[in-house]
Amino acid sequence: MIKFIIKGILRDRSRSLIPILVVIFGVFLTVLFYCYMKGAVNGFIDTGAKFDSGHVKIMSRAYDENSDQIPNDLAYIGAEQLISELKQEFPGFVWTKRIRFGGLLDVPDEAGETRAQGPVAGMALDLFTEDSLEWELLGIEDSIVRGKAPESPGEILISDEFADSLEIALGETATLISATMYGSMAAANFTVVGTVHFGISALDRGAMVADVKDIQMALDMEDAAGEILGFFENFVYREEEAGLAALKFNAKYEGDDDEFVPVMKSLHQQGGMVEMLDMINMYMPVMVTVFVIIMSIVLWNAGLIGSLRRYGEIGVRLAMGESKGHLYRSMIAESLILGCIGTVLGTAFALVIAFWLQEKGFNISQLMQSATLLINDVIRAKITPFAFVIGFIPGLLANVLGSSIAGIGIYRRKTAQLMKELEV
Amino acid sequence: MDNSYLIKTDELVKIFPMGETSIIALNHVNLMFKKAEFAGLVGPSGSGKTTLLNIIGSLDSPTEGSTTVMGQKIEDLSHKQGAELRNQHIGFIFQTFNLLPVYTVFENVEFPLLLLGLSPQERQDKVMKALEWVQLADRVKSKPAQLSGGESQRVAIARAVVKEPKIILADEPTANLDAENSHNILQTMEKINNELETTFIFATHDEKVIQYLRRKITLIDGKVAKDEVYDNPTGRGEEQ
Ligand SMILES: Nc1ncnc2c1ncn2[C@@H]1O[C@H](COP(=O)(O)OP(=O)(O)O)[C@@H](O)[C@H]1O
Ligand SMILES: [Mg+2]
Repeated sequence: MIKFIIKGILRDRSRSLIPILVVIFGVFLTVLFYCYMKGAVNGFIDTGAKFDSGHVKIMSRAYDENSDQIPNDLAYIGAEQLISELKQEFPGFVWTKRIRFGGLLDVPDEAGETRAQGPVAGMALDLFTEDSLEWELLGIEDSIVRGKAPESPGEILISDEFADSLEIALGETATLISATMYGSMAAANFTVVGTVHFGISALDRGAMVADVKDIQMALDMEDAAGEILGFFENFVYREEEAGLAALKFNAKYEGDDDEFVPVMKSLHQQGGMVEMLDMINMYMPVMVTVFVIIMSIVLWNAGLIGSLRRYGEIGVRLAMGESKGHLYRSMIAESLILGCIGTVLGTAFALVIAFWLQEKGFNISQLMQSATLLINDVIRAKITPFAFVIGFIPGLLANVLGSSIAGIGIYRRKTAQLMKELEV
Repeated sequence: MDNSYLIKTDELVKIFPMGETSIIALNHVNLMFKKAEFAGLVGPSGSGKTTLLNIIGSLDSPTEGSTTVMGQKIEDLSHKQGAELRNQHIGFIFQTFNLLPVYTVFENVEFPLLLLGLSPQERQDKVMKALEWVQLADRVKSKPAQLSGGESQRVAIARAVVKEPKIILADEPTANLDAENSHNILQTMEKINNELETTFIFATHDEKVIQYLRRKITLIDGKVAKDEVYDNPTGRGEEQ
């Protein structure tokens, strides 16, 4: 019987075409959307982790509560000691301390007067320690546009765009004007030795990358760090483990009311991230459901039109002794076969495009112009094993739903009525 | 089961509701058909011929009265049982041939055997035998669109006869055929009737068909007006 159905499908192309096209289209969109979202989320987590949140992040409780203001006056003091304890206690992680800072970068002329000035989004990183993670983590070498990487204290990188707007030349001195940890004014001179472009709009507008020791000195932050980031050793984020680590760490300070007690937060627990990820994770099933519904309606109608055209066939088959149930099942089998064909084709097309998007990426920097989120300007799709099968959910479900609803007509109509259609 | 008849209708009534009013398509019909009959329901259009065939074929159910086919009461059968009865014992032939257009002659004739779940070898043998009956064994690979009307109806006959049913119901089988083809298919059916002892019941108002009948049941307004038996229908055209 299956052979009989397949012959019918192959020979009556006009009957098969619309359902297959609908399935191809819906599956194509589903799979592509899935790969794109997967890539976007992965990129989002990856960038967010590297530039901001770490896989886990430790701050003082007070700093955490005001973290959007980058309150260095609330920075954690005793960072070195804490890191060496962390190394003991959480051997699965690697640790690095950072200070984020704001302020003005001032470029003086020969007379020492301000020639140009701009607000800075500063990152102080461990640049000069032997086993520093930061170079690899942030891909600093690869991001350098002009000049060279800092090699000795007092040398900094600033973002290329920022350098252009300040009209600062490599090797020139710039003065960071900011506030010390204790609230008084701070001014320190740095030499701009290179410019960078990270491909993250929020950073590329006014980034300044300096060594953490320089900034500790400049801002009077001896042994203090705004943030201590921890990463899993292989740099693959594992939500559950990160959460457990945070739980374990924070348990030690439970009941301690001191606002400078350190707290650990996993990437997921940090502001905004959770909602964002939850939203994105929710999108997928919603999206697939919407596709299933839309496709079902289209396929249902296609099925209705198809079965209208086929009343003749249906009548004859009933007359020859096929039961309604058998006929109904054979129509569903037919739609399953069509669904499979459409799903395979739709998935194949989508994967080709997704592969292209994975390799080339999709530039959204235009959209990110005023964004403050740390999102890569180039979003890449990601093809995961699940991408190969996700299309079957809408592809088969919609087709079976569509033809089931359409096929109910077979049950509803009296056999004699179906037979009447034969007497033309 | 009384073996003397295959089909029996008992005070059969069929009423089609039509909005406010209703149409009495069959009005207390009492008929019996025996094995190997070659009978026809004749009468003007709208007299209830098709309705009666549909009820006998369990495609429709009576409003009142009873119909027994092969010992089974049609009105008591479920859809599935009705389908089974048709599948095993009843072949249909229609005015408009109703071949499945995407399938070949062979596959069209094979279809009822697929439903019966026969093996490929059995199907092959039976299909070829049926196509030889209708002299179309050389057209197995043709599609319905490539056949003439006469050939199409012969395929339909092969499809009805391939499972060697006890009963074949033929509703206006010649209405779309010319005289030559009409005679051709009637002779074929007569041959099948003789050799396989299949009961044929026609619904027709075509004189060409009527000539061949050995029993002519005249329906008028859903009632049996006359029920005539001809001992020698080979008179071909002259009523006896
Ligand atoms: N499904 C139906 N619904 C309503 N009326 C019907 C239906 N089928 C047949 N009829 C009516 O029943 C009567 C008998 O029809 P039918 O058996 O088709 O006659 P015949 O085949 O002799 O031309 C006609 O008046 C016809 O209009
Ligand atoms: Mg009729």
